[in-house]
Amino acid sequence: MSKQIERAGIPVVHACSIVPISKTVGANRIVPTIAIPHPFGAPDKGPEEEKKVRKELVQKALRALATPISQQTVF
Amino acid sequence: MAARYRVIYCLNQFFGGLGGEDKAYQPPQLIDGALGPSILLERLFPDIEVVASVVSGDNYLVEKTEAATGEIIALLAPLFEAGDDKKPQLLLAGPAFNAGRYGMACGAICKAVQEHFAIPTVTSMYLENPAVEEYRKDVLIARAGEDVMAMEESLKNMAGLACKLLQGKELLPDRDGYIPQGRRKNYFADKTGAARAVDMLLHKLAGEPFSTEYTMPVFDRVQPAPPVSDMSSARLALVTSGGIVPRGNPDRIEAASASRFGTYSLHGLSAFTGETHQTAHGGYDPTFANEDPNRILPLDVVRELETEGAIGSLHDSYYATVGNGTSVANAEKYGSEIAKILLADGVQAVILTST
Repeated sequence: MSKQIERAGIPVVHACSIVPISKTVGANRIVPTIAIPHPFGAPDKGPEEEKKVRKELVQKALRALATPISQQTVF
Repeated sequence: MAARYRVIYCLNQFFGGLGGEDKAYQPPQLIDGALGPSILLERLFPDIEVVASVVSGDNYLVEKTEAATGEIIALLAPLFEAGDDKKPQLLLAGPAFNAGRYGMACGAICKAVQEHFAIPTVTSMYLENPAVEEYRKDVLIARAGEDVMAMEESLKNMAGLACKLLQGKELLPDRDGYIPQGRRKNYFADKTGAARAVDMLLHKLAGEPFSTEYTMPVFDRVQPAPPVSDMSSARLALVTSGGIVPRGNPDRIEAASASRFGTYSLHGLSAFTGETHQTAHGGYDPTFANEDPNRILPLDVVRELETEGAIGSLHDSYYATVGNGTSVANAEKYGSEIAKILLADGVQAVILTST
């Protein structure tokens, strides 16, 4: 899906927990996330801390979208 | 009766009978004898004796691959201290079918074990399993069916290949049902290369089938799109393969091998909650996602960033499917359809989340 959307000219950041899969499938901008059942969650932390971690991860994803790359990059 | 081949067999938590997604973080454990599919294997191939089984949780292996394969090597080491007539001769893992995590785990275990103990290993996967590209050059991967319905034929194929390997027979990918490793083999041909090439050309000109002797690799790569120049004015869209859908799963997106994606409104929504949304994905423990779906698709903080002006605006719908065993062809189709809608709405950037 990532490739088809990018083929249309829209940059995609693939935020995922299994980076090797994203790499073999061919996503260009990859941001590793926290864990398979909760990529944007940290259930062991309190709700506030969890949201903070999530926000930082989304900000990282936005930075990846704003970064020029010439090849597959893991941020 | 001649001595049987001594085999170690590796399984994930499902096939090893430990449990479901709740056991996906189980560290590797060693169990005596055959287990699950390898019981069937011993029945199909009386020459094979499964001396030990290793069972590991998918998530544990995939998230901590190096440490986990190290633990497996430590568990297996005592078996290799036995006399030559007791030592394991081969390791089998899978079949992993089209399961991405299980495939990655099988590939990693095979690679680590063959390097460390210098014994052959064989695993088994469906051609589209993402682990195939990652491991086919290093690990012998027998062809498997797409899902567990194909267990018996996949086991037969894997074990047939393993027996030939142990007998020291020559292997060829097409004939022996494994995924080509990209190796060249020398052989004596009846005709010279020039004559064979002209034969192929004649067949091609006549519109007849011919097969190349050197298959060109197919790389489906996409040139990275240019970056967003100003995020604070950009329109962003959210897409997920993590199965976040409105409660009740109105489009009935399948828990595995999804045949569709859903388009769901974000209008007036500042965050997902466990009351409004849930996961439809059958490939991970849904507890955390159902408690707070923002853990899969982070709408709550994206809305905050929109209010703060870090992004220009958010596209009014999000798109969701289940990436669990979904075929490449279907995923491409969903991606193209979503891309058309996004282009029409002037979307300039996409966050796509996967579990």
